[in-house]
Amino acid sequence: MAQPALAYLDAASAAPLHPAARTVIESLLGEAWVDPAKLYAPARRERLLLDRSREAVATIVGARTEEVAFVASGTEACHLAVTGVLAGRRRAGGTFVHSTIEHSAVLHAAQAHEAAGGTTAPVPVDRLGKVDVEAFAKAVGAGGVAAAALISASHEVGTVQDVASAAAACADARVPLIVDAAQSLGHADVPAGWSVLTGSARKWGGPAGVGLLVVRSGVRYEPPRLPAAEPSLMLVAAAAAALIAAHDAAAAEDARLRPLVDRIRATVAATVPDVEIVGDPEKRLPHLVTFSCLYVDGEALLHGLDRAGFAVSSGSSCTSDTLRPSHVLEAMGVLSHGNVRVSLHRETTEADVDRFLAVLPDLVARLREETGVTGL
Amino acid sequence: VTPDEVLDCLGQRCPLPVIALARALPGLPVGGVLRVLADDPAAASDIPAWCRLRGQEFVGASRTDEGAPAFDVRRTG
Repeated sequence: MAQPALAYLDAASAAPLHPAARTVIESLLGEAWVDPAKLYAPARRERLLLDRSREAVATIVGARTEEVAFVASGTEACHLAVTGVLAGRRRAGGTFVHSTIEHSAVLHAAQAHEAAGGTTAPVPVDRLGKVDVEAFAKAVGAGGVAAAALISASHEVGTVQDVASAAAACADARVPLIVDAAQSLGHADVPAGWSVLTGSARKWGGPAGVGLLVVRSGVRYEPPRLPAAEPSLMLVAAAAAALIAAHDAAAAEDARLRPLVDRIRATVAATVPDVEIVGDPEKRLPHLVTFSCLYVDGEALLHGLDRAGFAVSSGSSCTSDTLRPSHVLEAMGVLSHGNVRVSLHRETTEADVDRFLAVLPDLVARLREETGVTGL
Repeated sequence: VTPDEVLDCLGQRCPLPVIALARALPGLPVGGVLRVLADDPAAASDIPAWCRLRGQEFVGASRTDEGAPAFDVRRTG
């Protein structure tokens, strides 16, 4: 039997490289190797390109050019943001307020802060994955808070957070707000009001190895160490080109992908028995949906989908290195086994989605039959 | 809560404890409480989630004297 063409449906892990980024990489591969700090003409040209990339990204995120920095990854951006603001604001307080569904990079930084004697104030989410903004505002206003963090939209379930209300509460309490916008940039607008913004180029179609860290001037920011490495100019310019392209196309892509995700949500619920569709059906990212199939082993489901030609992700414990379920699904109190995350991108077609929807019900039924859990 | 029955799922990976719970609960009378011992980290969220999806009552989580995680479920129908 011929192997079916692969439908890559894991854009939330990494989107396919945007052609605009590919063009930049190909054109710079033979050129951008000189040290941009030097004074000769090729170095000046590189510096100019770097400045233009920074300017373009600054315009898109609503920042000043000098506030934009590129680091080695989204994870590094998160880590520098949290540790840098907590260190810079240590005289204001020792508490770090964050939602329970932040990216693990933010949660790891929070754990390190606690281990070093600081305190953390995790704010819970509801069943749809929405942060309780009143509890967030209360925690931020409690005094002694060095920083707060709120992810713009969940990378695992797609629920969009009320960043504007959180930002207003932070402004009232004069607490800097760190917004991890990795899943929103290039896909959806990020409300203003943040003090520090982080992102990851590979989530918007840029190359891997470029993280975005934007620190507003005036924010007390003392990174405990220098970034691991500044990405190469070629990668930074490619990341900027991809962000410009994704940002320009975001409204049209939203109009195209949102109904496809609605179709997945409705069809999976109708054709797969005992399934829990996770996350907010309305206030969500345009391109991402998560669901859990009762009594099904997540790893077996992912392998079955892989054999059928679908690359998807899962928050089930059996698919993680740590054998723990996704902390996001845990925090929401939803079923974590048999979990599948589908995330679409600019190359995803309606036919890919329909083929996925045609394959899934039989696959789930077969896995349930094999383990004898039908009719439970 | 004193359970009517105890189901030992220690060492089993999810979704096995949830499957065992789904098989065993109908054997109890309505109102009866089944205690599931399960140390897979996913059980803590998946057992309450199963109760919600199946309309059964999740009574609460505790630890046995030996320190094993225990989850009590009451059959409501």
